[in-house]
Amino acid sequence: MPRDTLEGRRMNGAKILLKALQEQGVEVVFGYPGGAVLPIYDEIFKQNQVRHILVRHEQGAVHAAEGYARSTGKVGVVLVTSGPGATNAVTGLTDALMDSVPVVCLTGQVPTHLIGNDAFQEADTVGITRPCTKHNYLVKDANKLAKIVHEAFYVARSGRPGPVVVDLPKDVVMEIGAYSTAPRGIKRQQHKTYRPAHSPDPASIEAAVDLMINADKPLFYTGGGVINAGPAAANTLRQLVKETGFPITSTLMGLGSYPASGKNWLGMVGMHGTYESNWAMHDCDVMINIGARFDDRVTGNLKHFSPNSHKIHVDIDSSSVNKNVIVDVPIIGDAGVALSAILKLWKERKAQRKAPSKTKALKAWWMDIEKWKSRDCLAFRQGKKTIKPQYAIQRLFELTKKRKTFITTEVGQHQMWAAQFYRFDKPNRWMTSGGLGTMGYGLPAAIGVQLGNPDGLVIDIAGEASILMNIQELSTAVQYRLPVKLFIINNQYMGMVRQWQELLHGGRYSESYTDSLPDFVKLADAYGMAGLRVTDPAKVDDTIKEMMAIDGPVIVDVCVDQKENCFPMIPSGAPHNEMLLGPDDDANRTVSEEGMVLV
Amino acid sequence: MSSNIYEGAVPVSVLKDTDVYRHTIAVLVDNEAGVLARVVGLFSGRGYNIESLTVSVVDDDVQLSRINLVTSGTRQIVEQIKAQLCRLVPVHTVKDLTDEGPSVGRELALIKVSGTGDNRVEALRIGDIFRCNVVDSTTDSFVFEVVGTSEKIDAFINLMKPLGLAEVSRTGVAAIARGSSGMEDKASPKPKAKKTVAKKVTKAKAKTSPKRKSAVKKAPSKRTKKR
Repeated sequence: MPRDTLEGRRMNGAKILLKALQEQGVEVVFGYPGGAVLPIYDEIFKQNQVRHILVRHEQGAVHAAEGYARSTGKVGVVLVTSGPGATNAVTGLTDALMDSVPVVCLTGQVPTHLIGNDAFQEADTVGITRPCTKHNYLVKDANKLAKIVHEAFYVARSGRPGPVVVDLPKDVVMEIGAYSTAPRGIKRQQHKTYRPAHSPDPASIEAAVDLMINADKPLFYTGGGVINAGPAAANTLRQLVKETGFPITSTLMGLGSYPASGKNWLGMVGMHGTYESNWAMHDCDVMINIGARFDDRVTGNLKHFSPNSHKIHVDIDSSSVNKNVIVDVPIIGDAGVALSAILKLWKERKAQRKAPSKTKALKAWWMDIEKWKSRDCLAFRQGKKTIKPQYAIQRLFELTKKRKTFITTEVGQHQMWAAQFYRFDKPNRWMTSGGLGTMGYGLPAAIGVQLGNPDGLVIDIAGEASILMNIQELSTAVQYRLPVKLFIINNQYMGMVRQWQELLHGGRYSESYTDSLPDFVKLADAYGMAGLRVTDPAKVDDTIKEMMAIDGPVIVDVCVDQKENCFPMIPSGAPHNEMLLGPDDDANRTVSEEGMVLV
Repeated sequence: MSSNIYEGAVPVSVLKDTDVYRHTIAVLVDNEAGVLARVVGLFSGRGYNIESLTVSVVDDDVQLSRINLVTSGTRQIVEQIKAQLCRLVPVHTVKDLTDEGPSVGRELALIKVSGTGDNRVEALRIGDIFRCNVVDSTTDSFVFEVVGTSEKIDAFINLMKPLGLAEVSRTGVAAIARGSSGMEDKASPKPKAKKTVAKKVTKAKAKTSPKRKSAVKKAPSKRTKKR
């Protein structure tokens, strides 16, 4: 229907909602029906433009929307019912908030006259989701519904992206109201109050380039902000790294913005980051943080964090600046815009960088880095008997790197090994729960990724404990014939918990062993999908090839060494330059009391 | 290499100041359901301190409310509070009245004092000195209405304690910047960072002490969200 004839047209709330979603370009909605949203489901039934994917749990719906959003750059959309539907979505919403993922979550609500009466399936959704969303709305008038939905999409995708909840009482979606079309052109950017920063202050760019020009030991430290700023920002970053010749490291969320095969790449930073990147963070004299937020998993002990560096911090959210680490040059704006501005100014001024002293200093800095690199911190010994988890992921990478591969993960040791051993060359290929650390994220996220990228090879690198948290979504994958591959690193332990118990709690493995695990091959069979198991290191390659050859969803149960720990590791409370390199390294270390209380 | 600050950024030295200061912050918000809960939830969720908070509609036509809040924290925390407030979607403007030039703050309190004889006469006499109105009276009690700075009200309450202080009801601080420009006046030049007095409070006494030390501080922050 043409836009002009839509404006002001009268229809019921559910129809208004669907029209608004269509106008926002929504292709897929992840949801689960229930009493309060029945009128909306009725409208979904009557149209073909918006595809509904029926998940098996509302948490799965939000993670699927997150996976969809992060792999495509579009806004993910969720539709759940009132009460338990909404409360089940809370974990996903919090996850999206922590990782800045644009999601619009439509929740059903009891009719307005029942709100506050403890009605059946009533929950104070707006109250519950207030702290775990970027913003939320309760719609009380069908005439305002379209405007609110358009605004919700604007808020979700603008500035620092995040989840937005629109709570829809049943009477509002049933009553007749007037539709209003989405604002276009210049108006689209004019919200009454919400105007996120976009272009940074030129003075801040100048101050940053000043520091960079004079740096002896510079380091780029990039994060999810670069990914959120779009593929163009990642391209600019690559150019800037090439122009400057500076080394670069990245947070878990930023992997892929600079290629892991690039020659300036140091690997991931942080608690399980590489030896060279953490030492570089500690020893650098100018740190250029682009779209990362000095998370405690990166900084470790703040007292000892990069003590001698001047810090530049590019962030679109001014509240991220000076929150954990006080910085010298804050740059408030979009990472892509800031990178372009820095690159332009750098090119103009790079003659000043030609001084022999600077060239020499950078060369010396790279020699330091090479020295750290030579420690080969990710080394592991693959024997003939049991599969090392690192080996399984390394082989997975080697055999899938030529395909358009997307990796999602759950949370734990396997997630860190995936980050260390799967080497990403492109942005938007890596979906993981970074901020919240949500077990059960990977499978539903993979479903979302596959829907957004039908031609992609989508693999969930999972742990056997995490995968069980949202295992019901296998049914979704089978129903929609989504050929997601679950690569389960199975050590029968909650590996990361076990590792911490070993290193911090005297090897008392309290409740971290999972007895009575399902037989994953039979489980796959029960869901109507393929199941493979591998226990012999010599057969890992063949199993991965077999997995890739199957045109449909597959579970691969990779039975790995139960005692393997994830190294390198910065123990809680320790500075970056005191990291543990491997099992032989921790003999004389004890973790301080201060470190014990940290998570 | 110097610690290279461009105009507009808060200098590192200021942010590293570990002293605790009291700040009065004015926030213009859309008068919509839940907006106060957003602001209060922000403070409780992030563990910030609210010493006083007032909220009321200030423009009925455009449904605008003003929240005045008094908080205390290190400069880093106060900057963080302002940035977090700016981030809330229904927030129009955040203004640090303590930082951005001179401002006036007033509070109204209703104070009930009960007693007879000399104490009663003394209470009335002190009430007169503080320019209180007596808004209720019985033969053995007064309710005083006193208007002034928080310090003045603290002082009055302290004086009433030995004279039979029975009950206190305070409104919290309503504050406004001095000078001709309005809060959302774009055209008017922002008050330049002059010497303003930020009240320094020691941690232990942050909430209750009537004796407040003053410290002269610069106000370098310019972080305001403009409409």
